[in-house]
Amino acid sequence: MSELLKISNLDVEFNTRRGTIKAARNINLTVSPGEVLGLVGESGAGKSTIGNAIVDLLEHPGRVAGGSVMFQGEELRGLNEHEMRSIRGNRIGMIFQDPQTALNPLMTIGNQLTETIIKTRGYKMPQAIETAIELLENVGIEQASLRLRAYPHQFSGGMRQRVVIALALAGNPELIIADEPTTALDVSIQAQILDLIKKLCKERQLGVIIVTHDIGVIASIADRVAVMYRGEVVETGEVAQILGAPQHEYTKALISAVPRADKKLHRFESVDYIEGGDVRKPIDISSHWLGKGIDPSEDRTSGIPAISVDQLDLSFTLKNAIFQKNRKMLRAVNNVSFEIAPGETFGIVGESGSGKSTVARLIAGLYKPDAGKISITGQNVLGNPKDANILQARRSLQMIFQDPYSSLNSRMNVLNIVAEPIRFYKLTSSEDETRKIVGDLLDHVGLGAQAASKFPHEFSGGQRQRISIARALATRPRILICDEPTSALDVSIQAQILNLLKDLQQDLGLTMLFISHDLPVIRQTCDRVAVMRAGQICEMNDTEQLFENPQHEYSQHLMSLMPKLDLLV
Amino acid sequence: MSVTEQAKTSSKAPTRLARFLDSDLLYSFLRTPTAMIAAAITLIFIVATLFAPYIAPYNPFDPAQISLWDGKLPPSFVEGGDERFFLGTDNQGRDMLSTILYGGRLSIIVGLAAVFLGMLLGVTLGVISGYIGGAFDAVIMRIADVQLTIPGILLAILINGIGRSFLPLDMREEFAIYVVILAIGLSDWPQFARMTRGATLVEASKEYIASARVIGLPSVLIMWRHIMPNVMRPVLVLATLGLANAIISEATLSFLGQGIPPTTPSLGTLIRVGNEFLFSGLWWITLFPAIALVILVFAVNLFGDWLRDALNPKLRS
Repeated sequence: MSELLKISNLDVEFNTRRGTIKAARNINLTVSPGEVLGLVGESGAGKSTIGNAIVDLLEHPGRVAGGSVMFQGEELRGLNEHEMRSIRGNRIGMIFQDPQTALNPLMTIGNQLTETIIKTRGYKMPQAIETAIELLENVGIEQASLRLRAYPHQFSGGMRQRVVIALALAGNPELIIADEPTTALDVSIQAQILDLIKKLCKERQLGVIIVTHDIGVIASIADRVAVMYRGEVVETGEVAQILGAPQHEYTKALISAVPRADKKLHRFESVDYIEGGDVRKPIDISSHWLGKGIDPSEDRTSGIPAISVDQLDLSFTLKNAIFQKNRKMLRAVNNVSFEIAPGETFGIVGESGSGKSTVARLIAGLYKPDAGKISITGQNVLGNPKDANILQARRSLQMIFQDPYSSLNSRMNVLNIVAEPIRFYKLTSSEDETRKIVGDLLDHVGLGAQAASKFPHEFSGGQRQRISIARALATRPRILICDEPTSALDVSIQAQILNLLKDLQQDLGLTMLFISHDLPVIRQTCDRVAVMRAGQICEMNDTEQLFENPQHEYSQHLMSLMPKLDLLV
Repeated sequence: MSVTEQAKTSSKAPTRLARFLDSDLLYSFLRTPTAMIAAAITLIFIVATLFAPYIAPYNPFDPAQISLWDGKLPPSFVEGGDERFFLGTDNQGRDMLSTILYGGRLSIIVGLAAVFLGMLLGVTLGVISGYIGGAFDAVIMRIADVQLTIPGILLAILINGIGRSFLPLDMREEFAIYVVILAIGLSDWPQFARMTRGATLVEASKEYIASARVIGLPSVLIMWRHIMPNVMRPVLVLATLGLANAIISEATLSFLGQGIPPTTPSLGTLIRVGNEFLFSGLWWITLFPAIALVILVFAVNLFGDWLRDALNPKLRS
């Protein structure tokens, strides 16, 4: 098979005030007609940069510093903007991540398609309309001739992405570059779009480069994979070989970090290759500062649940009005009850808008429920917020948030961030002791005491999440609420954070409430799980039983959407 | 990317100064000639006026140094000018250059104090409004809305007038400057309050505020330690641009005869006094203070514009 695209020794550089950053180094890739090449890597690996470099769409100040890009035997480097434009769209089609912004909201689908067809193929209007209908039918949009007159907002996200694909096909390209084409879509729609891309690739003998961070996407669509790490391709090969028998250390680490949906592992192995590794000293709670005044065995024998929630209700006002009948309310939490035993990890899983985060925030005291009871370690916490017993109970509960970029005050250094609760509750006798304990906590979360004098922006997302964990530990909590603690992180960092949480839980005997939309993550972390939908719990069971034998219709539906990673060993 | 990451992990704890020297703000400043020139002019102006007693050739407020014989002399570089008075003298024989330096000092002090007052009031009310919300927010913001419908300068005249009428006659001259500061400060707090409230709403919805609440910190502490430092950026820009406005407001008040009295004239007072002599050909009395005022306000505005762009992450390249 002859090569459609051949990239050899490609270098991409970004000149910044702090020196030249090599975003891609010595890249060698080939794509043949009818082949899907997966370009996988984590954020900052340079995978999108390569996609953009091929069609000369690098953002300023990026530039191709060396190497060649041969497309059907023609050198693309050094073409001027005019020549490049005739290649883009005509012979190389692009599919972007967000179908919301890839379409012009003020133009009908038909106009956008015919405009592109007329420009790229030089057709007259009637023929262009015919082609547009044909394209829409090709990408699986029914009643295509009617939908031509529709505007983008009248389509759902998945349909819109189909239109974007039709647009990419409008110029009859030989190569398609798809940059995270399904990241903005729900799981069920993701599968359909990937099937469509694969089908088109085989039917039209297109070359496809699919750029993604998601091993699941690679497993379901790619023929060959190139794994990228810090600007370099570390490994290239057939998909079965890469996923089943990875050679490079990074690939091994990456694949072992993918949470398994099919079986529970004790912890993620060999993820230490990434980000300096995991050097953390274990904590002996009986002698450590964190264990002062706490006897974990007492928690367990007392029989009092760590968290108990009874018939919780909360409605949000969507539209306020003077008359009750005109008000629009959303029942975010509807009659939710559960108990979490001391030392247990309890998971709540559900799609966005299911109310799972709201439950976490209710328990943490960030919202007040309309009705129901919340008890923390046996103490009802809904009374007078100044009551000493309630304050004590609240203090034993801390929360870790989803977004590591907004959950730390960027104006405070790490020492002050972590020391704030210690100082506020006067948990130490002197400032020296506070500093020592902060350093120690940072050690225990795998950052090292020297991190204390730095500011949050000097850390990566995973490191920031560690800072958040250290801060949460600083009040000597017995209960941790983790609200999607890893969903903003790369998969390998996620594995490290999950390992850390697990270690801390074991060392300290913590109780955890773990909120996530990610079923494999839930399976790896939780003892018991509740499935939430539209504010209600539809099923609650031990994790293993729930995953092996889901009873509720909705749980079964969720399970069926999990990406299949049969290729993994 | 790996380059920066290595730099980050290997660097030792930088001091505040080192952090500033390395900041994007300074980097942008040193690459924007307009900003540097504007800052230089503003700085020269501030230094020159603050050190007026040491720099100015005469003390225009000292009657012993003023002689009516020297009155209405044109600048030294014009025919009939006197070498002793570079920019000429006013009707009472005061050296214009010295008067401008001393007057500029008053203008800048009034401007700074008024902006500080407006900022203090606006930021406090804005943060509380944004964070607490509810009835307090509604009342404060409606007051601000109402106040914004009245032109600022009219309001300043009103407050100024009321303030003066409360003072006994013999104290009016002495306290005029404080009344002017109060009048200008009270007339421009709504802008600070509105902007701060908006920024507070954004910050309050972020997770670090939720995290502070879960830790159990009281609202006052959250507002003071967490929200305030994070909303100060836009406030700083507004304060810089507001300084130019406050200087203009003071000049306007004084020009209308409502501000600083002619015995210790500010730039606005000088322009007004000079204005009366304009048609008798004594152009220098009003022209030079006016030029000084325009240059000062222009420089402060240019600097503020740059600061706004530099602090706006969307416009940063």
